[in-house]
Amino acid sequence: MSEWVDVCAIGEIEEEDVIRFDHVGRTFAVYRDEDGTPFCTDGLCTHEQVHLADGLVLDDEIECPKHNGRFNYKTGAALRTPACVALTTYPARIAEGRIQVQV
Amino acid sequence: MTPARDYSLIGPERDRAIAVGLASAEWYHTDVPRKIMKGLMRRNDGAATRDTILWLGLLLLTGIGGVATWGTWWAVPFFLVYGVLYGSACDSRWHECGHGTAFKTQWKNDWVYALASFMVLRNPVAWRWSHARHHTDTIIVGRDPEITVMRPPDIARKALAFIGIPDAFQHFGVLVRQAISGPNAEEADYIPESEVTKVMFWARLFVGLHLVALLLALLTWSVLPLMLIGGPRIYGTWHMVLVGLLQHGGLAEDVLDHRLNSRTVYMNPVSRWLYWNMNYHVEHHMFPMVPYHALPALHELIKDDLPPANPSIPHAYAEMIAAVLRQRTEPGYFARRALPPGAKPYVEAFHTETSLPEAS
Ligand code: FES
Repeated sequence: MSEWVDVCAIGEIEEEDVIRFDHVGRTFAVYRDEDGTPFCTDGLCTHEQVHLADGLVLDDEIECPKHNGRFNYKTGAALRTPACVALTTYPARIAEGRIQVQV
Repeated sequence: MTPARDYSLIGPERDRAIAVGLASAEWYHTDVPRKIMKGLMRRNDGAATRDTILWLGLLLLTGIGGVATWGTWWAVPFFLVYGVLYGSACDSRWHECGHGTAFKTQWKNDWVYALASFMVLRNPVAWRWSHARHHTDTIIVGRDPEITVMRPPDIARKALAFIGIPDAFQHFGVLVRQAISGPNAEEADYIPESEVTKVMFWARLFVGLHLVALLLALLTWSVLPLMLIGGPRIYGTWHMVLVGLLQHGGLAEDVLDHRLNSRTVYMNPVSRWLYWNMNYHVEHHMFPMVPYHALPALHELIKDDLPPANPSIPHAYAEMIAAVLRQRTEPGYFARRALPPGAKPYVEAFHTETSLPEAS
């Protein structure tokens, strides 16, 4: 099982928002939902190589900034074309006021 | 004289665009703080619901008026309005709902998208993919399936498009072909295999509905059913063409900066309503997540980084026509607008008038 990796302080991601997180040559998107719970997915859209962190969080969904494809960032499911392939998701948690992901 | 370019998506220009890095490339974006951009991207149902009720309500009223007065001159004004609401406004509703930005509620986007696709004679599945490619590779020759003004320009054909000829028939022909055999080789370049069944389903549905209208016209021996269905794509399409040609006409090809290949034009409020603010076209291409109703605010925010907007439709036409006339003999020419002082310079790669990059 991979290690928990520190991302940022909890306040650095607004509720219902997303940031980009780069770690050892990979890129991820780290989210907080409207209750403040953290989530993590691959950082690039599965349609084309576009950073999802520039997109818009709407409820449980992330909308890709390039062609408005949508994913459920909690399950990774692709919900709206041209996004057809699911995102990989990773565990995320809050520990001592910081967001951590297991990637 | 530069030879005409090959706009096919399966020819040598495609290979060249890929080889020189123009395909799926990184594009220039004006810097906008995330907090402000989030506010601009925010969705709501209010504006689009109001506009759609008005649109469908006016369609219904003018359609009923046209039918009730059919055979008299009173039918003319009714159909003039009905035609534009059907045959022109359909394009912007198709566009915005295709992006999924008009309404917050997705089923509303999907329903209006399907209806508008029917009116504009576009396969809703095929064109969703086509438009995604248009955003990935805007006016990249060999990649973008939605380049309307090719070089050298066919000016007579563009003029005839104002009355839907042969445009509407060509679109219908594409639907018939897709109903029978699905996407062709060019369409298969941007539509995944998994979508083919859906492409055929929608093509068959749309062709079938138009055939019903045609059958009704034959049975009643009256053109009235076709005045209501299908016909507006011919007699009411002029406004869609009027504003649509300005989006990219006469501007650069093969650049990675929307400020060079797209045009923002100030327009009267009626045209903006019919067009759902797509006159802010540079802004739309740079930030396709921003709904139509927030584009004026986005324009105010970033206009100092963009070439000045054309102040009116006639002004934009004067610029475009001058460029397009010159492109008849100099296909490499395009109208290049100066940026205001303080704007970030154009991304200089790939957009000199004369020296298109050669594939290595
Ligand atoms: S790149 Fe994300 S939907 Fe196309």
